[in-house]
Amino acid sequence: MLTVNRYKCCYCGACVGVCPTCALELVETFIEVSADCKECGICTKICPVGALEVKA
Amino acid sequence: MSMKCDVVVVGAGPGGSMAAKAAAQAGLRVALLEKRQEIGDPVRCAEGVGKRVLSRMVKPEPEWIASEVKGARIYAPDGTSIVMSEDRGGAEVGYVLERKVFDRGLAMEAARAGARVMVKTRAIGLLKKDGVPFGVSAMRIGEPLEIEAPIVIGADGVESKVGRWAGIDTTLKLKDIETCAQFLVTDTRVDDQYCEFFLGNDIAPGGYVWSFPKGEKLANVGLGILGSRSKPGEATRLLKEFVKVHFPNGKVLEMVVGGDPCSGPIESTTADGVMLVGDAARQTDPLTGGGILTAMQAGIIAGEVAAKAISSGDVSREGLKEYEDRWRSDIGKGLARSYEFKEFFVKLTDEDLNQLIGSLKREDIAKMDLRGMLRVLFRLNPRLLWELRHLVV
Repeated sequence: MLTVNRYKCCYCGACVGVCPTCALELVETFIEVSADCKECGICTKICPVGALEVKA
Repeated sequence: MSMKCDVVVVGAGPGGSMAAKAAAQAGLRVALLEKRQEIGDPVRCAEGVGKRVLSRMVKPEPEWIASEVKGARIYAPDGTSIVMSEDRGGAEVGYVLERKVFDRGLAMEAARAGARVMVKTRAIGLLKKDGVPFGVSAMRIGEPLEIEAPIVIGADGVESKVGRWAGIDTTLKLKDIETCAQFLVTDTRVDDQYCEFFLGNDIAPGGYVWSFPKGEKLANVGLGILGSRSKPGEATRLLKEFVKVHFPNGKVLEMVVGGDPCSGPIESTTADGVMLVGDAARQTDPLTGGGILTAMQAGIIAGEVAAKAISSGDVSREGLKEYEDRWRSDIGKGLARSYEFKEFFVKLTDEDLNQLIGSLKREDIAKMDLRGMLRVLFRLNPRLLWELRHLVV
């Protein structure tokens, strides 16, 4: 499962731009993850603050 | 709830506001949506722009400008530096803006031209009939709202959805995004006169570190690294390291992060009833990461083309082709060239970078433009730059 640490997230939206399944959405100050997430982990690599993590 | 207008612009950054202003000036009924409750905040930007191009499009208000710089200084990994003057030194420096004030100023210009500005209003999808968009569905302060409009302009930034909803794949590959972090630093070591750029694969792999002065020993100190060379939290970690070394007594007053598209021009930025502008259209300069002015230029074109398409009654992709043609001829060629430079630049080792910058040390480049400097670089380093020869002549 993709988790967003909302205490770390600076809501920049970079993760939304690289998501291949359009599963992320930046809603003002938080990231929403939809059921379309394939847990590929691409977004976690580019998160400038390391707020995203794919957990088993 | 529902409303009707001629054009709905999604996103009130510089691109969206200029599009809304141009469309409103042409007599269209325009809604300009901003999902945040405050326009321009938080910033995701180093805030540098070239004076001349900006002044061609708007009259810069004094309160938009944090500082004016004399030029750019570029540091090689070994510490060697070269200086480029502002009037020649490329499009990215001249003014360092206060984006929070600037963005709101541009939205105000759109409003004064007649656009309806709607904050805390987030587009959540396109309204479609037989597959053809005719507006957006939105959430306005938590309540659903349908906005019918023959034309939707997506100026919705790096996280753009409008294009994807319209069938344009704007997904960025990891090698085509810079992941960035920036601190607003106050320190006696800040150079108030020059925008500084620091190169090196250790300090910013596939990108660079910048220090853009904002007046009185205050600067945006940030970095971008190539997505394909990043790992979780890397941008912030590297920035902390850089600041510790270069501004050991620096105090951090603000922290911002962001993703910067560097894919170069994408195949299509139009669909039936839809145009994309700015970061949403990936119109950012892939080499420098600068995207304010290109977004504004494209925004103006999109607003003007929207007016023509509405009056001719053809808002199909074909009817919006003028937008595609005009932005590609105005800014697209430069962006494509920058993309080739970026693809080359990210492969350079620190030794290569030291050689290139070191070779300019003995040349008088202060008065040269970027093109002239590249010609000199090529003459001095033909073997290293052989791949770029078609861009230099």
